[in-house]
Amino acid sequence: MIVKTMDETAAGATVYVYEAPVRLWHWISALCIVVLAITGYFIASPLPSVSGEASEHFLMGYIRFAHFAAAYIFAVGFVARIYWAMVGNKNARQLFVPPPVFNLDWWAGMFHELRWYLFLEKEPRKYVGHNPLALLFMFIAITLGGLFMIVTGFALYGEGAQGWSHALFSSWVIPLFGQSQDVHTWHHMVAWGIVWFIMLHVYAAIREDIMSPQTMVSAIISGYRSFR
Amino acid sequence: MVSDKGATMEIETFYEVMRRQGITRRSFLKFCSLTAASLGLAPGFAPKIAHAMETKPRTPVIWLHGLECTCCSESFIRSAHPLTKDVVLSMLSLDYDDTLMAAAGYQAEEIIADIRKKYKGNFILAVEGNPPLNEDGMYCIHGGRPFVEVLKETAADAKAIISWGSCASWGCVQAAKPNPTRATPVHKVITDKPIIKVPGCPPIAEVMTAVITYMLTFDRIPELDRQGRPKMFYGQRIHDKCYRRAHFDAGQFVEHWDDDAARKGYCLYKMGCKGPTTYNACSTVRWNDGVSFPIQSGHGCIGCSEDGFWDKGGFYNRVTGIHQFGIEANADKVGETVAGVTGVAIAAHAAASALSRARHKDQNKEGN
Repeated sequence: MIVKTMDETAAGATVYVYEAPVRLWHWISALCIVVLAITGYFIASPLPSVSGEASEHFLMGYIRFAHFAAAYIFAVGFVARIYWAMVGNKNARQLFVPPPVFNLDWWAGMFHELRWYLFLEKEPRKYVGHNPLALLFMFIAITLGGLFMIVTGFALYGEGAQGWSHALFSSWVIPLFGQSQDVHTWHHMVAWGIVWFIMLHVYAAIREDIMSPQTMVSAIISGYRSFR
Repeated sequence: MVSDKGATMEIETFYEVMRRQGITRRSFLKFCSLTAASLGLAPGFAPKIAHAMETKPRTPVIWLHGLECTCCSESFIRSAHPLTKDVVLSMLSLDYDDTLMAAAGYQAEEIIADIRKKYKGNFILAVEGNPPLNEDGMYCIHGGRPFVEVLKETAADAKAIISWGSCASWGCVQAAKPNPTRATPVHKVITDKPIIKVPGCPPIAEVMTAVITYMLTFDRIPELDRQGRPKMFYGQRIHDKCYRRAHFDAGQFVEHWDDDAARKGYCLYKMGCKGPTTYNACSTVRWNDGVSFPIQSGHGCIGCSEDGFWDKGGFYNRVTGIHQFGIEANADKVGETVAGVTGVAIAAHAAASALSRARHKDQNKEGN
């Protein structure tokens, strides 16, 4: 249903895949992740000290503010995206449905994709939405990873901010991990995981745009995917 | 029945005990208002405390010692507000504490048995240290028997349990990996009694006396968080109330122990201070009658009141180790390595892709 198999779309066809909210969410989230990764790194390993009176500076404060502001935007976007997964087209739903791991066709598609990346296949299969390998990676990194970062992030935020984020997240996440330091460590580790995913994601998108019979980069800008 | 009546006759109120100790009513009232102040209560609570102490039968406390270093006791006896002498002699009826009491041997052990009988379900059990469970608990012997047996037996008759310090609350150093004696925190051994955790290595003296005073005066357990710690002292992190916080927000950090920033008293975050991840009252209550606390003396917090703080990597690293990988690694090292390897792999794969594409095109051309 969700995963289109090959050859369903004839060469030369153009399909409207990503609706405007999906594209907007993609690019806002991309920007947020860049800001979050950089500020997050500097929260864990701060920049060299500034000199002078403490009252004259607010460097760490601004870095943390940027992190929290971007996190709020990312989280709100994530929730809005879940809403759109329900009301949008079937391609909008793909990311929020666990990969069909009991479907043999899906596995066949994934191995085909793996072989394609290992130069063992001459042609990749055509998909209107995500290919099985991409879907698996995105589901783990963005759906699960993003959710993990939102939950642990708000738990850490609530430790200082108290209020609703403490009641909703810190109060159970911190005891679940045992203590705050472990939550920090895991938040940090998964952040690196997402950085790793984004490297692969950008590379794969550009590579497939060039080498596969379908467009990738223009699809997430205009929403239309062409097949050649 | 007769003996029961006799027992109730013997039970004195706090006030009676105090008067018997030679404390004047004036001193008693002063003590009540001081206690109310130190617990952060409104002035109207002082007469309530006085009333409670005049009317309520005193609650005895049994203080047991398991695997521990006695630092909790050392801290406790240095309490300044309220003074420990006030707590021990008047507030608290510390009927059994093997390091503080005069009695020894069979005489001492008799006291436990007495209290258990006389105050069944009405005494507080304070536990310092924890029971080791390996080898049937033989690593800690109390009066000729494994401590875990004494603990279970005594706890069965107690009203509530106070877990003093990180040993009783989390396990502390004796439970650090690989934990050869299987030292186990109290709440994992006693599961059917309310347990108040007062972690810290040791806990702050004033926190200890305040918790016990609160329980004895109001006859209820202070409000606890999900991990069983009194919210009034463990509700916020050291970092939230640290007097060096302004330097953190400004981005002013100590980079080396002997640098100018250290002399200026900048934030110790980069030196691995665990203030941002540690729930305790050190930065507000401080130590030794409010003289100082670790960060004020120029050393970062080591997070001694947090679960498993011995096993969370270096005390001097901000991003701490991950032991699951079998080697000393931290998140940044793992992350940078993975990102680096991925980068190289992408470059190699891109090159291979370009080559393969070029060859493919050539073949196509030849075919055409």
